[in-house]
Amino acid sequence: MTAAQPATGRTGSGAPPVRDHSAKRRWVGQSIRRVEDPKFLLGRGGYIADRITPDTLHAAVLRSPHPHARIARFETAAALAAPGVHAVITGAEAAELCDPMPDFGPDPAKHTWRCLAADKVRYVGEGVAVVVADSRYLAEDALELIEVEYEPLPAITDPERALDAGSPLVHEALESNCAYERSFDFGDVERDFAEAEVVVRDRLRWHRSGGQPLETVGAIAEYDLGTGSFTIDTNTLSFTSYLFMAAATLKVPVNKLDIRPVPAGGSFGSKLFANKPAVIAGMCARKTGRKVAYLEDRADNISNCDHHGSDRVYDVELAMMRDGTMRGIKIDVIDDYGAYIQFGVGHHGNALAQVVGPYTIGSVRYRVRAALTNKNQQGAYRGFGSEVNNWMLEQMVDKAARELGLDPVAIRRMNFIRDFPHFIPTGNVYDSGDYERVLDHALDLAGYGHWRDEQRRLREQEGRYIGVGVITAQERSVFSATEFWFWFDEPGAPVTSTPESVSLKVDATGGITAILYSCAFWGNSPETMVAQLVAEEFDCSPYDVSVVYHGSRDGLPATGPGGSRTTVMLAGAVEGASAKIKEKARRAAAHLLEIGPDDLEWADGGFRVRGDPERKKALGEIAIMLHLFKHSFPEDMESGLDASKVFDHPYTTMPSADRKDLGVFYPFVGHACHVPVVEVDIETGLVTFLHYAAVHDCGTLVNPRSLAGHIVGGTAQGIGTALYEEFVYDEDGQLLSSSFMDYLIPTAMEVPELTIGHVETPSPYTPHGIKGGGEGGRMMAPAAINAAVNDALAPLGVRLTELPMTPERILAALRAAGHAG
Amino acid sequence: MAPDTRTISLTVNGQPHVAQVEPRRLLVDFLREDLGLTGTHIGCEHGVCGTCTVLLNGASIRSCITLAVQADGASIDTVEGLAQGGEMHPLQDEFSEKQGLQCGYCTPGMLMRACEILAQNPDPTAAQVREAIASNLCRCTGYQFIIEAVIAAAARMRATQEVAP
Repeated sequence: MTAAQPATGRTGSGAPPVRDHSAKRRWVGQSIRRVEDPKFLLGRGGYIADRITPDTLHAAVLRSPHPHARIARFETAAALAAPGVHAVITGAEAAELCDPMPDFGPDPAKHTWRCLAADKVRYVGEGVAVVVADSRYLAEDALELIEVEYEPLPAITDPERALDAGSPLVHEALESNCAYERSFDFGDVERDFAEAEVVVRDRLRWHRSGGQPLETVGAIAEYDLGTGSFTIDTNTLSFTSYLFMAAATLKVPVNKLDIRPVPAGGSFGSKLFANKPAVIAGMCARKTGRKVAYLEDRADNISNCDHHGSDRVYDVELAMMRDGTMRGIKIDVIDDYGAYIQFGVGHHGNALAQVVGPYTIGSVRYRVRAALTNKNQQGAYRGFGSEVNNWMLEQMVDKAARELGLDPVAIRRMNFIRDFPHFIPTGNVYDSGDYERVLDHALDLAGYGHWRDEQRRLREQEGRYIGVGVITAQERSVFSATEFWFWFDEPGAPVTSTPESVSLKVDATGGITAILYSCAFWGNSPETMVAQLVAEEFDCSPYDVSVVYHGSRDGLPATGPGGSRTTVMLAGAVEGASAKIKEKARRAAAHLLEIGPDDLEWADGGFRVRGDPERKKALGEIAIMLHLFKHSFPEDMESGLDASKVFDHPYTTMPSADRKDLGVFYPFVGHACHVPVVEVDIETGLVTFLHYAAVHDCGTLVNPRSLAGHIVGGTAQGIGTALYEEFVYDEDGQLLSSSFMDYLIPTAMEVPELTIGHVETPSPYTPHGIKGGGEGGRMMAPAAINAAVNDALAPLGVRLTELPMTPERILAALRAAGHAG
Repeated sequence: MAPDTRTISLTVNGQPHVAQVEPRRLLVDFLREDLGLTGTHIGCEHGVCGTCTVLLNGASIRSCITLAVQADGASIDTVEGLAQGGEMHPLQDEFSEKQGLQCGYCTPGMLMRACEILAQNPDPTAAQVREAIASNLCRCTGYQFIIEAVIAAAARMRATQEVAP
């Protein structure tokens, strides 16, 4: 096979039919109040901690104070004898009770991850024992009575040094701290670099931050000795199609584990597939024969959450022509995964979905090395690695503009992709877009010309440093699982199914209940989305739709939130289930109206006769007949009116064997332009916002205000990433930002009011043309704010290349450029 | 050995309570576990995030770093006391209208803090509300729609007070 003729993808084979979105919509597109909200406003949210009953026991975890040490000895007798204590389980005992945690990384046996460390600890905060007691107070009292003798080992926290030969090994069995290395070429990289007139180079550093929702992860588990089955309530529910792995960890058959979704007080990725608390609670429940709650406290959630975000060192080369045309890019990235690698390098698979941004870059070399160090491991944080790629690419584009003497807006505009669907060099497709319209709208909302004038005036007249950032970047949505395994030539599990299911039940009066399967609420609004989509189908009020969440054991296949997939996938499932219900209702109505089914049309909440609109049956009239009068209908018609739809990923294709083409794996690609205006105080290094405009295109909007809320909220998190938030480990491996005193989440005073605009370029392939939009703000803001700061400091010859841009780092950069701060 | 306890008397959302508590028992645990008022949430457990905010004699406090015994003799207000007669408080209603919440976890604390802000200044500017709610963290909304909701609720509450006898 030649590179010019990939096996899949770029020809468009495998694309679903192009849809017609011309239908008028009544509910989709309305900023209605969210149906979820009243219970939360009344203080009746029913979060995991609210479900603790007086008979529930409480678990607390003893965390390692050492970054790297062998566990030589445990003394637990005093803890076990303490008041109210029911059990003490050490890591070694836990290794008997539970199998290792599920791990999508390469060679999991060489970096075994357990719910508690068994023989040695690998980061500060790693759990070594758990106490179960009558109350959290008594459990924590007993933790202090456990004696652990550690034999400290040298720690490694620098990802580049971790890869050096002779560095302390995080996992001896791996014989290296490099858990994975691979380099891919897409397109003719050598030719593009040979023909380039200018190569722009940079080294960039993105430090780790994390989701840090205000509610931590928790689980309440019960083990029924009579049936040998677990019931676990948890706020971590996602990837439920893979919950068989959690059952394996707990050593029970899959059909003896029911995981039930509980509303989560925020996730931002950090609760995605976070099964460790559920496993710890389950293990303790079986050991004690009692219901056990394990709720992380904040220290657990900061230091032992398995969900820190990306931590990357980039060396990048961008091949350019002098006129500003981008030709090719070479990306060499080291990512500090911490002590384990639960998702493999899926974060980089994610980045490859949109690695060239909105630009017509023709070739890509992508080399990744996954370093293991003595830190809490990476998980998911809103963007899942794509936000880091956006930042890297926009930094490079700005640097190219500066080196070539081009305008940062013009260089973006001239390289925009304009024809859709567009296959990028990696093989992924961009389904639709209008990047120029987004850019123009954003510049207009930003008052771009005004701020450029102000920037000049304030610098000349008042000596102030104002910066205007302009970034144009992608937001891929609706992942296919290929991103996790196309790294391997012989993958262990080449799964592509990432389904989502909905059942709709029409009761005897025509009321509709929607059942979601293992699909979590965690601040997104699945109930509102489903209610609006059902209302659109059946011409009812969204507030009349009842939404129920169903557990994993006897539910239909579901994947849950992640990769901005929920709304698109739920829309497909609602559409499919609605079609089945309407088909049955049409047949029933035809029978009742004594006319052929094809002579009926759906209108105003029922079926009516074409050309004779007075002859009609409302859904409620049809439903009561179907519920109560089965014998009025033909023999083959069963009682009731309900249907389910398992909606599989609508557009994914397989990677080619040689991996020159990764196939389509993230096809519904949104776009945004952020334009922050900042002032940098060069005396203190403080960055303040003067204005902030953001325009997003996520296809057809379902609830514009909800999407706007995600844009502002995601941008607030992006502000944290850009300026404040960092899990700082010192050279000895101690975590210096282990509370909200040091890990600085932006308050209302650090987040400006955003001016938000929407552009709607419908996807040709999804119901109503919807694309995912949940991650957008954080996909864009770090890149945009870095661009603005660099623009402000350009007259001083200073560029910041490391996030977060703390006052300390800004002053250091100024000093390094000879400006005494 | 039975734990050392103290007797406390306090009023919560207008209801008098007398209880035996350990001196170390946190007010938030007393409210949530002993009184079943789970609307007050626990966020950071070190007094930074404001998720656990309740009013003590009308002033906002962090119930995760306040002991139950410190509330002896006090009047406490929590989110459960806001809605009256089956009607949402204007703040709750405007948080719904403006989508001033996403996951809802910080919301009870935000609502109680907003009550205090409007009690002190019934007609604040958006900038004043922004500064005042900087006491409480929200990880979802970016605060913008919370500020809009507080301003809108303030207008409604002023209008109601003006027509009240």
